[in-house]
Amino acid sequence: MPFDINQKAQPNFLIEGGAKRGAGEGDRTLVCSLGSCRSTIELHPPIVECSANSNTSDLTKVITLIINGATRQLPLNTTVEALIEALGFAGKRIAIECNGDIVPRSRFATQTLSHGDKLEIVVAVGGG
Amino acid sequence: MNDPLIIAGKPYSSRLLVGTGKYKDFAETRAALDASGAEIVTVAIRRTNLGQNANEPNLLDAVPPSKFTYLPNTAGCYTAEDAVRTLRLARELLDGHSLVKLEVLGDPQSLYPNVIETLAAAKTLVAEGFQVMVYTSDDPIVAKQLEDIGCVAIMPLASLIGSGMGILNPWNLQLIMNRVSVPVIVDAGVGTASDAAIAMELGCAGVLMNTAIAGAQNPVLMASAMKKGVEAGRAAYLAGRMPKKLYSASPSSPTTGIISSART
Repeated sequence: MPFDINQKAQPNFLIEGGAKRGAGEGDRTLVCSLGSCRSTIELHPPIVECSANSNTSDLTKVITLIINGATRQLPLNTTVEALIEALGFAGKRIAIECNGDIVPRSRFATQTLSHGDKLEIVVAVGGG
Repeated sequence: MNDPLIIAGKPYSSRLLVGTGKYKDFAETRAALDASGAEIVTVAIRRTNLGQNANEPNLLDAVPPSKFTYLPNTAGCYTAEDAVRTLRLARELLDGHSLVKLEVLGDPQSLYPNVIETLAAAKTLVAEGFQVMVYTSDDPIVAKQLEDIGCVAIMPLASLIGSGMGILNPWNLQLIMNRVSVPVIVDAGVGTASDAAIAMELGCAGVLMNTAIAGAQNPVLMASAMKKGVEAGRAAYLAGRMPKKLYSASPSSPTTGIISSART
C-alpha cells in the first residue's frame, strides 16, 4: 500500500506553503494606520508547491479531501486509480463521483485528485 | 402461455419483481429470488465502507447481473438532485445499464413519494437517456404526467412501503390503468400472496415487492407463494372473471332430469 488511507486529517492542518491555519496572524494581514496597529482579514488562497525541487516540508505534498463524508489525506497528485488501489477496491465494481460529477472508469488512471475534492464511492447493495 | 411483460421494448417472462433488501444473508437473498422466479431485481446504491475488509461478501457475487436484470433504485433520496446523482452513479457502476427505478420520498415516517421532486427527476433522467420505472402515489393525474415525460413503467403504491396493508384503493389503480398505456406495476404495500393476486386480477402488469417476502417467517416459501399468486392473478385477469351478481337465476347443475318425489 503506497500510503496510509486511514490516516485522519489534523484539524488545524492547511497546505499553504508550509504556513499553519487557525488562530493567530496566519489569516490576517497587519495594516498600519495613523496612531495604532490594526489588522484586516485577507484570504490567503492555498498555495501548493508542485515543483520537485521544492524545499518546502512534506506537508505541502499532501492534500485533504472528503471521501464518503470522512476527511482523508492523500499525497499530492494521487490519481483516482491509485486511491482505488489503496482502498483495496481494485477490480471491484464501484462507481465514483467527484464534486457532483461522475468519474468514468476510463479516466481513473489519468484523473488526479485535488485539495478539497468531495468524493463519493458507491457499490450496489441489497434494497427494495 | 406466452404472455411476456414488456418494459421499454424488452420482454420478461416473470411479472413478479423483487427487492434484494432485508434478508438474513446473501444466501437467503438468492434462494428467495430463485423461488420467486423474478428476473428483475431491485438494488440500492450506497457508499462503500472505507477501511473495512474489501473482500467481504458482495451482492453482485450472490446475485450476478448476468443472471438477473438489475433495477437500481433511489431509495433514501428526498430530492430530485440526489436521485439523479444516485442513478448516474448506478449507470456507471453497471456499465451503462439504463433501466432504473426512480423513487423520491417525501418523509421518513411514511416513505410516501414526493411527486413534485419525482416529476423533476424523471424529466432529467429521461433527457439523459435513462429508462425510468417510477414509484409514485396512486394519483392518476401524476401517473399520466410521468408517462408523458417518458417513463417506461408507472409504479403506484398499493399501500405504504413495508406496511403489508395490501391493495387499499383498487379504484385508483383502475383509474391509472385506464389512463396510461405503459405497464402499471404495483410497487409497495403487498403483504401476502392474495394481495399480489388481487393486483394482477385488476389488470396490473406486474407487482414489485421486497418486505412481503423478506419479512415473512419463511422468506423462501413466501417467495414461491408470491410467484403463484402473481401467476394466478394474471391468468384470472386474462381469463376474464364472471360478473358479480346478488342472486343467480341459473344454477350450476342441470335443471332437467331431477328425480321426482317418491311420495306422489
